[in-house]
Amino acid sequence: MPMFQPGADPGSSFPELLKRVGLAPSGSDAAGDLAVPHATTCVALRFADGVVMAGDRRATSGNLISHRSMEKVVQADEFSGVAIAGAAGPAMEMVKLFQLQLEHYEKVEGGSLSLEGKANQLSMMVRGNLPAAMQGLVVVPIFAGYDLRRGNGRLFTYDVTGGRYEEHDYVATGSGMLHAGTVIKIGWRDSLDRAAAIALACRGIWEAADADSSTGGPDALRGIYPVVATITAAGWARVPDSELATVFESIAAEVRSR
Amino acid sequence: MTMPFYVAPEQVMKDRADYARKGIARGRALVAVRYADGIALVAENPSTTLRKISEIYDRIAFAGVGKYNEFDQLRVAGVRAADLKGYQYSRDDVDARSLANNYAQILGQIFTHEMKPMEVEILVAEVGLVPDGDQLFHILYDGTVVDERHYTVLGGDAEAIGGHMKQHYADGARMETAVREATKALAGSERTLSANDLEVALLVRTNGRRCFRRLSEDAVAIALVS
Repeated sequence: MPMFQPGADPGSSFPELLKRVGLAPSGSDAAGDLAVPHATTCVALRFADGVVMAGDRRATSGNLISHRSMEKVVQADEFSGVAIAGAAGPAMEMVKLFQLQLEHYEKVEGGSLSLEGKANQLSMMVRGNLPAAMQGLVVVPIFAGYDLRRGNGRLFTYDVTGGRYEEHDYVATGSGMLHAGTVIKIGWRDSLDRAAAIALACRGIWEAADADSSTGGPDALRGIYPVVATITAAGWARVPDSELATVFESIAAEVRSR
Repeated sequence: MTMPFYVAPEQVMKDRADYARKGIARGRALVAVRYADGIALVAENPSTTLRKISEIYDRIAFAGVGKYNEFDQLRVAGVRAADLKGYQYSRDDVDARSLANNYAQILGQIFTHEMKPMEVEILVAEVGLVPDGDQLFHILYDGTVVDERHYTVLGGDAEAIGGHMKQHYADGARMETAVREATKALAGSERTLSANDLEVALLVRTNGRRCFRRLSEDAVAIALVS
């Protein structure tokens, strides 16, 4: 059982604990031209009760689809979520470590980190990935959550160096970010309701999938829909596929009727 | 050069055990009891910030009585061991039995080799996927592990409290009944305890991944009267 002298105690930090016991993941030395699976378009936007996050399900290796049902939008803890774009392997590892760190902190300290604290924690992890990013294994997440102290939803975006930027209304990342971002930029209004916010996020993913080859759209054939989730004062809630099927059906109908 | 006096090992062990027992007896007691849908942990604890009961992992809770700083140190070590194991292998590989054994090793080592034994009694409880999988490990200051079946009592006047529990324990009870009986046992025949004297937490079998849930003072008050 890991016990430490007061001076060497890692406190409530899980990554520090991993270093102390010699389990820290070492920076990857993989070369930049390796065909590692890449994950793509994710969006998040603020609405009246909190935030909506959405991400497509496709992972690509070069020009091949390597995975059709990847989950790029994942719950970080009860009141926050992460969406990732970039090299799938390091990104998934980062998310796993981030989730663990939030839970570890909560258990050791007996209370959750503030949303700002969580955002900073993720910033440090992205910065830790910088050596791998230089080799081409870039990971750029979006962090979104409901701030219980302020009583509103908040969005954070990152760059490869760990730079953390708070966005007010919406944010998009990944190869389809331009298309998805533009759609949401045009459609975004202050205090959208839940249904409108979900529809707008879905529309952003739809347009990104329409124009960007490495973003997957709704796959009605296999029953695979983008991951869409809301985070409000009641916590994280994944939007069920049945509801998404209706939303995408109405988008398709609208496109058809043009 | 001065020579230390010879003290018989039996005497050393007895003195240490007496010392630890005295320390533990000064504090207030704690009861863990199984009910139909999980395990209820009830502690007499007027503080709302310094916890005796806490979460270790998805299905595992920790409780301690005695010296706060000592059992809190053990609690943090447990969280670390569990999180590391879950990270290294899988979340399903983290179990109460191996944690209890680890705790027993540490407490046993400190009891025999250190100047001062730890003045604590701890409990590692795991809620199973089915009622038969519930486990309660009660670990004493000297590293003795006791595997309890239905309920366990830590610290205080364990004999009287255990007596009450033995009389009133019923398999498959409701959560409210379990909490109420545990509270009555802690109070003894001469006192009554109200919600603000208690710290109550549950391991709920069907609570999703993280089974641990604290009951608020209001929820405890409701449980005590229903």
